[in-house]
Amino acid sequence: MKLTLKIWRQANASAEGAVHTYELDGVSQDMSFLEMLDLLNEQLLTTGEEPVAFDSDCREGICGTCSLMINGQAHGPEVTTTCQLHMRSFKDGDTITIEPWRADSFPVVKDLIVDRSAFDRIIQSGGFISANTGSAPEANSVPAPRDKAQRAFNVATCIGCGACVAACPNGSASLFLGAKITHLGELPQGQPERYGRVTSMVAQHDHEGFGGCTNIGECAAACPKEIPLDVISQLNKDLRTAMFKGF
Amino acid sequence: MPPVATPTLVKTPRSTRSTIALKLVMAVSGLLFIAFTLVHMYGNLKAFSGQEKFNDYAHHLRELGEPILPYEGFLWITRVGLLVALVAHVTAAVILARRAGAARRDKYQVKRNVASSLSSRTMRWGGATLLIFIIWHLINFTAGKVNPQTGETGDAAGDPYSLLVDTFSVWWMTIIYLVAMLALAFHLHHGTWSSIQTLGYTNTASSRARAKQAGWLLAIVIAGGYSLVPLAVLTGIIEK
Ligand code: HEM
Ligand code: SF4
Ligand code: FES
Repeated sequence: MKLTLKIWRQANASAEGAVHTYELDGVSQDMSFLEMLDLLNEQLLTTGEEPVAFDSDCREGICGTCSLMINGQAHGPEVTTTCQLHMRSFKDGDTITIEPWRADSFPVVKDLIVDRSAFDRIIQSGGFISANTGSAPEANSVPAPRDKAQRAFNVATCIGCGACVAACPNGSASLFLGAKITHLGELPQGQPERYGRVTSMVAQHDHEGFGGCTNIGECAAACPKEIPLDVISQLNKDLRTAMFKGF
Repeated sequence: MPPVATPTLVKTPRSTRSTIALKLVMAVSGLLFIAFTLVHMYGNLKAFSGQEKFNDYAHHLRELGEPILPYEGFLWITRVGLLVALVAHVTAAVILARRAGAARRDKYQVKRNVASSLSSRTMRWGGATLLIFIIWHLINFTAGKVNPQTGETGDAAGDPYSLLVDTFSVWWMTIIYLVAMLALAFHLHHGTWSSIQTLGYTNTASSRARAKQAGWLLAIVIAGGYSLVPLAVLTGIIEK
């Protein structure tokens, strides 16, 4: 396949960026999207141009490091991570626009790499449970109802990639927040800190400069882990309860 | 200035000072508007029972609650309540809209919306349209200051039925009204389900689907119900 790539290039956080256009030949349908970019970078090295910087780590859809806005969609046209997106989703002769996640809370570091440490600070502010150290407790000493455990497991699949923020017209991280709040709030171990947690995490979310949610639903459609919109309802419910409890 | 990540953690988090608290203000005030628009629509539809019934209804509204409440007491309590809700709704909307704008100052070159409804993406413009309409509507009917048909002002309010028929006999006043109803339909289509979600009552896929259905229902019933009266005047079903 032969492709035209329009890629956001930006030397560093404070430099002006611009879209550069590249022609890339010899792309196989079996390549992953990131392998296609690797191929481009090999080509750029031969011409002496700086390779395109992008994030990746596991390349098997479980770490959440890869990002990329591909033709206006976070992680591209399929419901998966960019590393698990394959070139068979594109056709010969396609033009593909590749941009970094855009949010003031995710500043561009270089080219397509953004700083997602805002998510780390949101987790730091409350995305944990406190447990005594020592030997592991007996597994069945704290029973968890099956439906709640199931829901917690389903939303615990959030890999913190930030696609929800990238896709949201308000730049809100509510789906990420909702996934964490639901994951910990559904389990017995999450109860003692439940309402303090939602208050702190939402406060940190707002402090980081993410926008408020307007229930538009672009986030859930972009999420590679198919986290559903009902976690945002759960988030809202927990925050409302926290208000009445005086947090 | 290019965006930079804040390195700090919030020291004193308060649930009441969050974006979600602002959303709750929008949701509660929005639901109040929905309740009001339903009752108001019921009153409007009395126009189909003729001049006397319609004017009687308007008069009874002023006597409602007497003698415990003074004349027009109920009306004024409603007006003050609605005004407080309106100020809260619009203030929260403006704060949240500005936040959203600041959250992404560098726009995408290409952005596709794949899941969101047109109504959800036009809440802010539609809301602004409704605000302008509400002001116009109050000048037109409540203050009774605009009656291009007869040129009468003020006193025309004593006969609300005639004012209504006079108003909708003017084509451009009917169009303003119908455009506003279209904006209202859009606002309610998204606003209804959005407020239920904001209040945290859509924790399952099925309850979400039901909330969205409620949005369709209210949009069609309310905007449609209000549009019936001007359309009936236009077609001569309602006349003086
Ligand atoms: C006065 C002019 C108005 C303005 C400027 C306005 C603006 C807005 C905005 C910007 C939103 C937030 C949209 C979002 O979160 O996606 C909203 C939500 C809403 N509005 Fe309005 N609106 C107005 C009047 C009304 C009226 C007349 C009604 C009902 C009859 C109404 C009902 C609602 C509801 C139910 C919501 C949903 C709240 C939520 O998302 O939780 N609004 N409005
Ligand atoms: S909710 Fe989905 S899109 Fe958002 S960070 Fe988690 S995995 Fe990524
Ligand atoms: S690189 Fe780990 S999820 Fe894509």
